[in-house]
Amino acid sequence: MGFYIVQFLTGLSSASALFLVASGLSIIFGVTRIVNFTHGSFYMLGAFIAYSLVGVLDGFFGFWISVILSAMAVGLIAVLMEMLILRRIYQAPELFQLVATFGPILIIQDLALDIWGPEDLFGASAPGMDGAITIMGTPMPEYDLALIALSAVVLGGLWLLFNKTRWGTLVRAATEDRDMISALGVNQKWLFTGVFFLGSFLAALGGAAQVPKGGASLIMDFEILAPIFVVVVIGGMGSIPGAFMAALLISELNVFGILVWPESTLVLMFLVMAVVLILRPWGLFGKPEAPGQHGQVGAPEQPYRPLSRKANTLFAAVLGLLLVLPVFASDFSLVLVMDMVVLSLFAASIHFLMGPGGMVSFGHAAYFGGGAYAVALITSHFELPMEVAFFMGPLGACALALLFGWFCVRRSGVYLAMLTLAFAQVAWSVVFQWGELTGGDDGIIGIWPSPWLGSKAAYYYFTLFFGVGGIMVLRRTLFTPFGYAMRACRDSALRSASIGIDVNRQQWLAFAFSGALAGLAGSLFVYSKGSIFPDEMSLARSFDGLIMVLLGGVKTLAGPVAGASAFTWLDDVISRLDYWRVILGSLIILIVLAFPQGIAGFFRERFGVWFGQETDT
Amino acid sequence: MTDMGLAVRSLEKSFGGVIAVNNLNFDLPVGQLLALIGPNGAGKSTSFNILNGQLKPTSGTVKFKGVELVGLSPKEIWRHGVGRTFQITATYASMTVCENVQMALLSYHRRLYSLLPIAARLYREEALALLEHVGMVDQENRPCSVLAYGDLKRVELAVALANNPTLLLMDEPTAGMAPKERIELMALTNKIVNERGISVLFTEHDMDVVFTHADRIIVLDRGTLVAEGTPEEVRNDEHVRRIYLGSHHA
Repeated sequence: MGFYIVQFLTGLSSASALFLVASGLSIIFGVTRIVNFTHGSFYMLGAFIAYSLVGVLDGFFGFWISVILSAMAVGLIAVLMEMLILRRIYQAPELFQLVATFGPILIIQDLALDIWGPEDLFGASAPGMDGAITIMGTPMPEYDLALIALSAVVLGGLWLLFNKTRWGTLVRAATEDRDMISALGVNQKWLFTGVFFLGSFLAALGGAAQVPKGGASLIMDFEILAPIFVVVVIGGMGSIPGAFMAALLISELNVFGILVWPESTLVLMFLVMAVVLILRPWGLFGKPEAPGQHGQVGAPEQPYRPLSRKANTLFAAVLGLLLVLPVFASDFSLVLVMDMVVLSLFAASIHFLMGPGGMVSFGHAAYFGGGAYAVALITSHFELPMEVAFFMGPLGACALALLFGWFCVRRSGVYLAMLTLAFAQVAWSVVFQWGELTGGDDGIIGIWPSPWLGSKAAYYYFTLFFGVGGIMVLRRTLFTPFGYAMRACRDSALRSASIGIDVNRQQWLAFAFSGALAGLAGSLFVYSKGSIFPDEMSLARSFDGLIMVLLGGVKTLAGPVAGASAFTWLDDVISRLDYWRVILGSLIILIVLAFPQGIAGFFRERFGVWFGQETDT
Repeated sequence: MTDMGLAVRSLEKSFGGVIAVNNLNFDLPVGQLLALIGPNGAGKSTSFNILNGQLKPTSGTVKFKGVELVGLSPKEIWRHGVGRTFQITATYASMTVCENVQMALLSYHRRLYSLLPIAARLYREEALALLEHVGMVDQENRPCSVLAYGDLKRVELAVALANNPTLLLMDEPTAGMAPKERIELMALTNKIVNERGISVLFTEHDMDVVFTHADRIIVLDRGTLVAEGTPEEVRNDEHVRRIYLGSHHA
């Protein structure tokens, strides 16, 4: 009996960090409508700063003062970010604000590496709480009980704040109806800044408080994102009791699930989420979303028109240049251009789903990497020839997208996006952890094309054929009934259902279609590198894809190609420098502030008339 | 009355403990314009959303041409020949006027999963003919996002006609329109009903529109049907006068 009570309490204590971080994310989103990807970085930063402070401040009180101080410090850093960057772009399309939160992730990663070094840091146990008490014969660490108390205190404190103070009431009002706030004569700027402080404070508090148990490491920022997104999806966006219940549910299932089936933890999270989504699509404590707009962002797009003659000429010229490139370019530049083509296809597949489809995928690397792994696995286990194995990429990715997509399309907007991220993280973990099959961290190597494609130039043409071909297929599909129906579901789900379109199914198949083409990019990638590692499925890769699309511009069909090419080139140029993350992160922030419409969007605005892309008003 | 029309029997809907629709019974024969009116909160929208499949009733039946509609999805109800327009127009903002109609035709002809043809070239003639009907053919190439509100309503009407419906559900068809536009739109609706022999059920706040254009009127108050009849009968009904004019006038 004692064992089960201790096991239950352990679950409760591990729910603590999850609840603190997830409620912070939820509060920020509720008011500002920004999914703050930097949230994971603030969690990590809280842990690092607390680690250093605990070394300076001794004793029981020194420890807790360190925890609070580091949360305050991170809160202030977040306020700085909000005031310097986000404040300038609240008017920009919602999705574009996401990109702005990627920049700080990269910068914080480099700074943390520089200050605290590459090794994982193990936190000393908390002074005065390093023992264990015995519950009915089973030992229970004291610090776990302290964590439980901490989340109880925070839960109570948040309840008081939101129900008993004027500021809290305003935050709740803003979460319910953002337009009301300006009508109430509240200074919206400072409300947003305050909320940002509170949310980030909670993230860092969660990070700092778990230092004695888990220490601090450089991968904490991405590691926490998937679980907190799952918590928010299960609990319901904007609901603090929801975040608490969901964190508890997942943590308890974890500690008990591990007894029955040790490898089950990931699968369990996935199953819980699936069950909740089927029974209560809007989460345990969430409210159903208003029907209607499905992810259309900002002003409506212009209707699609065929390319003008000038734009066609430009396309032909670029293609011609690519075709003659091997004559005078070095192998080195051919590799760079191949990367550009492959990632352009990857970005185009994201754009297809996110622009015209209105479904934002935060985890598209699952299908890119999934395709690459499908090829690599089938090659290394069955020794199929390349000509067959190559097509396992799109097929495998399509199957994976059918599975994950079935759940994702049941939600829309930011929930859908969070689900894609959570599923991608599941896929990544499976590849990472299932070493016997996938080689784990060592990846799979020795996947080369057939001899007739052995030379760089030959494989370059092969890449060009499938890469450019894939992009053209994606583009042409937008003009077919399938593409139109997908766009119809985005423009108005209500109207679509009333003219006999099965919105879920239409979106599901579009999701799979996009996944298949991301998988095609994965196929091309694995044969060009000869190997595949779990990194290609990681969140960082998914975010690269998103940045490419958003930098290029969501509302132009040329956007993803422009964004991917620019990003790949930039990455190649600066990734050899020290502090390249700081440089890339700063560049991303600068571009966001300078071109809120994206690069291609900017050119379309400036030079679109010249290309016959008239804007009808 | 007839197997060909719409027959609503013992329809009930409660939300939690609140009864929104209480034992509603009515018939809509083919070729009639039936108005559903009542003050705010009378249960008009709820009844409407039950008929088009967005809400499931607590109990009761809705038969259309002998087919039970309760339990069917909006999509299936549409396949049975029920078209609808919305109180706040729902059109595809990123498509042209003609493409909006073509979209409905693509669905009607079950081409939604085609990956080869160019959508804008399919059923164009059919779409233009429908737009001709509603007087929007000269604007067929404009994006729906830039249309005047009255024109959007006409596009919606053309879209709703794309599946050759025999019943049209129109939720406040003239809401948000200028008086002149209202008259034009209802005249157009009348014309279409007569030409195509379809029935229309509509809700409406504008009593001028209701009493001028409806063949019959049913009146809801707090979820219950309180009057039914021709415009003349309803106009003289005691209960209706009380609801609309206040009890001291009775």
